[in-house]
Amino acid sequence: MGRPRSAARNRAGRPNAALALPAILFFAFFAVAPMVLAFYLSFTQWNGLGDPRPVGLANWRKLLNDDRLTQSLTVTVVLTVVSWAFQTVLSLLLGVWAAGRQRNRAVLSAIFFTPFLLSSTAISLLFYALLDPNFGIIHADTLGTTSGAFLAIVFVGGWQFIPFHTLIYQGGARQIPEVLYQAAAIDGAGRLRQFFSITLPQLRNTATTSGVLMIVGSLTYFETVLILTQGGPGTDTAILPYLMYQAGFKSYDFGYASAVASFLVIAATALSLLMVRLSGFGAMRSTREGM
Amino acid sequence: MESYSRRWFLGAGATALASVGGLTACGSGGGSGDGGTLTAFVYGDDAAKIQVKSVDRFNASAAAKKAKGTVKLQKVPATDYPAKLRTAMGSPNAPDVFFNWGGGSIKAYKDAGQLVDLTDVIASDPVLKSGFLPSVLSAGGLDGKNYGVPMRGMQPVILFYNKTVFEEHKLQPPTTWDQLLDINAKLKKAKITPFALGGSDIWPELMWLEYLVDRIGGPDVFDKIKNGDASGWGDPAVLKAAQTVKELIDDGAFGKGYSSVGYGNGGAPAVFAKGKAAMHLMGSWEYSTQLGKFPDFAKKNLGWCAFPKIEGGAGDIRNVVGNPTNYWSVNARTSNKDAAIAFLRDSASEAYTKELIANGDVPATSNAASLLDASPNPEFAKFQYQMVQDAPAFTLSWDQAVAPNVSTPMLTEVNKLFVGKSSPAQFVSALKGLK
Repeated sequence: MGRPRSAARNRAGRPNAALALPAILFFAFFAVAPMVLAFYLSFTQWNGLGDPRPVGLANWRKLLNDDRLTQSLTVTVVLTVVSWAFQTVLSLLLGVWAAGRQRNRAVLSAIFFTPFLLSSTAISLLFYALLDPNFGIIHADTLGTTSGAFLAIVFVGGWQFIPFHTLIYQGGARQIPEVLYQAAAIDGAGRLRQFFSITLPQLRNTATTSGVLMIVGSLTYFETVLILTQGGPGTDTAILPYLMYQAGFKSYDFGYASAVASFLVIAATALSLLMVRLSGFGAMRSTREGM
Repeated sequence: MESYSRRWFLGAGATALASVGGLTACGSGGGSGDGGTLTAFVYGDDAAKIQVKSVDRFNASAAAKKAKGTVKLQKVPATDYPAKLRTAMGSPNAPDVFFNWGGGSIKAYKDAGQLVDLTDVIASDPVLKSGFLPSVLSAGGLDGKNYGVPMRGMQPVILFYNKTVFEEHKLQPPTTWDQLLDINAKLKKAKITPFALGGSDIWPELMWLEYLVDRIGGPDVFDKIKNGDASGWGDPAVLKAAQTVKELIDDGAFGKGYSSVGYGNGGAPAVFAKGKAAMHLMGSWEYSTQLGKFPDFAKKNLGWCAFPKIEGGAGDIRNVVGNPTNYWSVNARTSNKDAAIAFLRDSASEAYTKELIANGDVPATSNAASLLDASPNPEFAKFQYQMVQDAPAFTLSWDQAVAPNVSTPMLTEVNKLFVGKSSPAQFVSALKGLK
């Protein structure tokens, strides 16, 4: 059975397209237009002064031959996968736990949500100080080693964003109809069995939502790397957005920075489209099958 | 990892890039400032209070009335300064007068024809001409021309040491490299890290290479590089300096965790002040940093000396590296050049000099020597003034001397050398490839 979506049904109860106009204009002016301009700049050489000088494909050729691109793509992919695994497992467990209606869980969830309300910059500065080998909590050269710097970024990112994803999972878990658990209990299923046979499958769409946000977000991860490691040691944690920042606002090579930025837009768009396709997220089928 | 708000970063980054682009499109004509008001951009740290007073004094002066102009100071937060200046200079809101580091930091502006050539102005103006130490004045220019007027304290890099630790272990400040290595060995035996180093900021690491290259090969080695000849990195002195650094690292001279220690967040100064490390190679501002955070240590136990000479090396022990000072430069598009130049003259005045000295700075003005007794620490101020005055060569910090598109990858290579991601030979060949 396909999606029961007829034109008439779609129109019913939905606001007129004109109501979206302010948002569309805002988006066009502050997101689309700059992106188009950045794309144009990627075909020029410009140091921020005077007029950009067209250089054809030079920046793109340089980008595709740049060792740092391969390296930062690798770093980005590894960082994304590890962060995704770390954050998903923890926020799934916490979210399902927090979905209970007990008062103590509500209070703890509220407290637990605080890291997400802090700015990434403040959090990064805090951990930068905590990781000082002489006066911090770990007396080791954490940020000076590749694995240490890498894990620090994953941990700090997790510390900040697990609360947010926990919230998503909590919402998802609360949507699961109580009757499913009641039926399972009558059939003699234990807690573990209930978790794997009811909770997990019912959270499929939630996991996709959270996963897409994590993965697309990790492509544009920035402040933590800037403050904690500056892409170091050497260039070992120099992810793509950091490469862009460095080219643009440190080297004043805005043409090349725009090429990196455009590449990021293309890669992020392609990746999220692919994920939506593969996960069936676009179809948004109900998880309450059989209801 | 991050989520909805982070997706906006892309948009924000692109907006920033593009809005800069949008502004230039319409920003090529017209002067800046409205009528007689000139805008001056200054690095917005604590020391900017001296520039605030200078502006007030100028605005109330007869010189301002005569030139029909007043100055409005805009303090730009320190870390944002270079990027903000670059953006503003490409826009219609460009400052008329702006703070800079001389050398490579203003090269792009010079090449774009945005700087007023101050050579003749200075030569024909007795106040400006004889107002400053010549070596400092000339370091603010490019290709033998003046584009800046000194306006802050001198910032030579000095080898600081902890007097208590030195006395306890019967050590003398080193004047030769062998003495330094000897001290190094004794301190390690006593389980004290010989040198504090804020490696996560990278530029403190660069200071070691700057001095080593100078002591081994003399100031000409970097001079050649600064003037755009990347083959200068191939000079044997650069390789030798990199090898020397590597030996120090392998020897444990900087301790183990130096790559995770910062300078800006107070990490390295604390290691040094608390006696965990015995020495610290740092700019002269280390004194005010320590005075602010560990006043007792700064007043009683802080010692200082020149970077030691290296046996057989071509560099004079009196040579200095660091930032000669900061400069005011004038935007070529200014609406009132006379007022701008009249304002620059205030930086050579006795009132201005006295304020710098009271702040603990050592001005680059020629009248400073007689006023240094008023400094919070006259002994340190005089040492510093003497050091710069006697220096046969004052090499500008490498990252300020070369253009930003070279200094950024250069700092990355320096970091790779210090964390062991590249060998001295790889370091040299990577630098030779920088354009």
